Amino acid sequence: MSLHIQNLQATLEDGTEILKGVTLEIPKGEVHAIMGPNGSGKSTLSKVIAGHEGYVVTGGSVTIDGEDIGEMSIDERSRAGIFLAFQYPSEVPGVSNANFIRAALQSRLPKGQEIDAVAYYKDLYAKMDLLEMDRKFTARAVNEGFSGGEKKRNEILQMMMLEPKYCILDETDSGLDIDALKIVAKGVNAMRSPDRGMLLITHYQRLLDYIKPDHVHVMAEGRIVRSGGPELALELEKHGYDFLKEAALA
Amino acid sequence: MTSTLPAWFTERQQAARARYESLPAPKRNDETWRFSNLKQLDFAGFEMAASNASSADLIARSHGLGKTAAKFVFANDQLIHSECHVAAGIVCLPLADALVSHGELVKTHFMKQETRLGSAKFAALHEASVSNGLFVHVPDNTEVAGTIEVHHWTCGANTMSFPHTLVVTGKSSKVRVIDIFRSADELSPGVVIAYNDLAAGQNSQLDYVAIQAVNEVSRVIQINETTTARDASAKGFILNTGASWARNESLSRLEGAGSRSDMLSVSIPAREQEYDQRTFQHHVSPGAYSDLLYKNSLYDHSRTIFSGLIFVDESAHHTDAYQTCRNLLMSDTCEANSMPGLEINADQVKCSHGSTSSQISDEEIFYLRARGIDPVRARQLIARGFSVEVVERLNDEATEALVLSFIDDKFAHIASGGA
Repeated sequence: MSLHIQNLQATLEDGTEILKGVTLEIPKGEVHAIMGPNGSGKSTLSKVIAGHEGYVVTGGSVTIDGEDIGEMSIDERSRAGIFLAFQYPSEVPGVSNANFIRAALQSRLPKGQEIDAVAYYKDLYAKMDLLEMDRKFTARAVNEGFSGGEKKRNEILQMMMLEPKYCILDETDSGLDIDALKIVAKGVNAMRSPDRGMLLITHYQRLLDYIKPDHVHVMAEGRIVRSGGPELALELEKHGYDFLKEAALA
Repeated sequence: MTSTLPAWFTERQQAARARYESLPAPKRNDETWRFSNLKQLDFAGFEMAASNASSADLIARSHGLGKTAAKFVFANDQLIHSECHVAAGIVCLPLADALVSHGELVKTHFMKQETRLGSAKFAALHEASVSNGLFVHVPDNTEVAGTIEVHHWTCGANTMSFPHTLVVTGKSSKVRVIDIFRSADELSPGVVIAYNDLAAGQNSQLDYVAIQAVNEVSRVIQINETTTARDASAKGFILNTGASWARNESLSRLEGAGSRSDMLSVSIPAREQEYDQRTFQHHVSPGAYSDLLYKNSLYDHSRTIFSGLIFVDESAHHTDAYQTCRNLLMSDTCEANSMPGLEINADQVKCSHGSTSSQISDEEIFYLRARGIDPVRARQLIARGFSVEVVERLNDEATEALVLSFIDDKFAHIASGGA
């Protein structure tokens, strides 16, 4: 039972190669982190897994629990259990946060079946409390006028409400001050479970002080170039990504 | 109309008839009819007629807020139902009754403004033909508890109706009126020429909502004239979901210093529907505020025209005036025309006008779909949200819910492919 990325290759619509054969397996119960310099393809990887239509998959596969999701649309992948926490979440003017999350949950129910509104709000409020989000965020339009930290907390709230099988968090730590980072980490840690796999994409070791990964991978130029335990992140923090250049020269 | 009508009214109707007949029909090169589809103005074969629909059925279908201060139901301008719970001293009557019982009061306010946005000929036809509608007069320092709700049904093929709404507020008073325009059936073509006069007295608050949801083989001309006295606040909201063609002309005349006018509209045309919107924010006195926000979501082959002018008189210093028209293009074949305009003759004025036309971005759709929402529903949620931003300006939960129910009906109709 895993999110299995096998030799995944993807280009932009103009043919520019971004992913040049990524292989990675995230079993349920584990937290993996991908680190790497800007432009290494980390964010692209997360979008391609989510099914973004701006990329062309030219090779390889993505399977969840043995099922190939390559032919699934963006929304089908979400309903199948993939969750992407966005680096830059969109604003959706005029759609309240509560209605947005409700629509997402409703999309998972069979036609004709309605969400129990009372149970829904109870669950929503409990999770908002954990993320120290004010109740007024239910009525506010999705991400509109939210600070960077509020947007990221809102991503984690959605993740907690949708209870996905596999979570991909794209630079969730960017733009967060230390207090917000701790709250976000609390939410993510609360989601750790033997039934769930997680992939953290980050530039910095800092996030990994609060969410301890089981494995750390380094991505560069569209490939995973190194994998190791949590100590790899510390090493990167100390020495930077220079070893990549050295490796390239060697 | 009966012989008990005041003489002044009968005379005005006769004069209006003569004016209607002498005024030329709009022409292609008239500025106020630029981009308009003038073929829509041929009303030959349409005439006033008694309703042929079951009154009981129409009354049953006239659901709105549920709880109202007063409720009137008209079928082809004939009153078929009324209930009124307003406090003593407030006049809230069918216009035909008010003309008899409060003739002088009606006369003071009835169609006082010159129709200057193009439809003078049709305003004359309205004046010549009007037989009923609503008259509200709220005395000084009085608040109407709850909302006055009026249903206007068009019944039978090739009928014309002339609904009229006249609302006058006294000093420091408050009222909200909702007009709902609908057709008894989906197949009978009708023509509705509606006129509403809103006179907001000093420091009063007057809210008006028009919901235009007639069937898609009918045409509508709706003329709105608003005047605001010193420190008054008037809010006008127009929803267009129905009609094959609808023309809205809205003029706010900020007569009193420190007064305010909010001019709001949501339109959701689909298939071949066309909405033609003309607005005028006339700042006569200093220190007044006007804010116009029109939002159109255009589907299929639909078409909108927005032409708005902010006009600041020489004496209207310290004016704040804003005008925004936003078009959300939901298809590649729709057409949104915008002609914002500004003419400033005073000093120390804050004015802005702008119009935008855009499509839903791929990234926005990606975000919703990444949460499991299918693309059709995602686009609908975004378009609804686009409208909600205007609806929320109504600032009354029940009214907002009513307007949204018509918006949701329209989206459901669009999602089902229309019919």
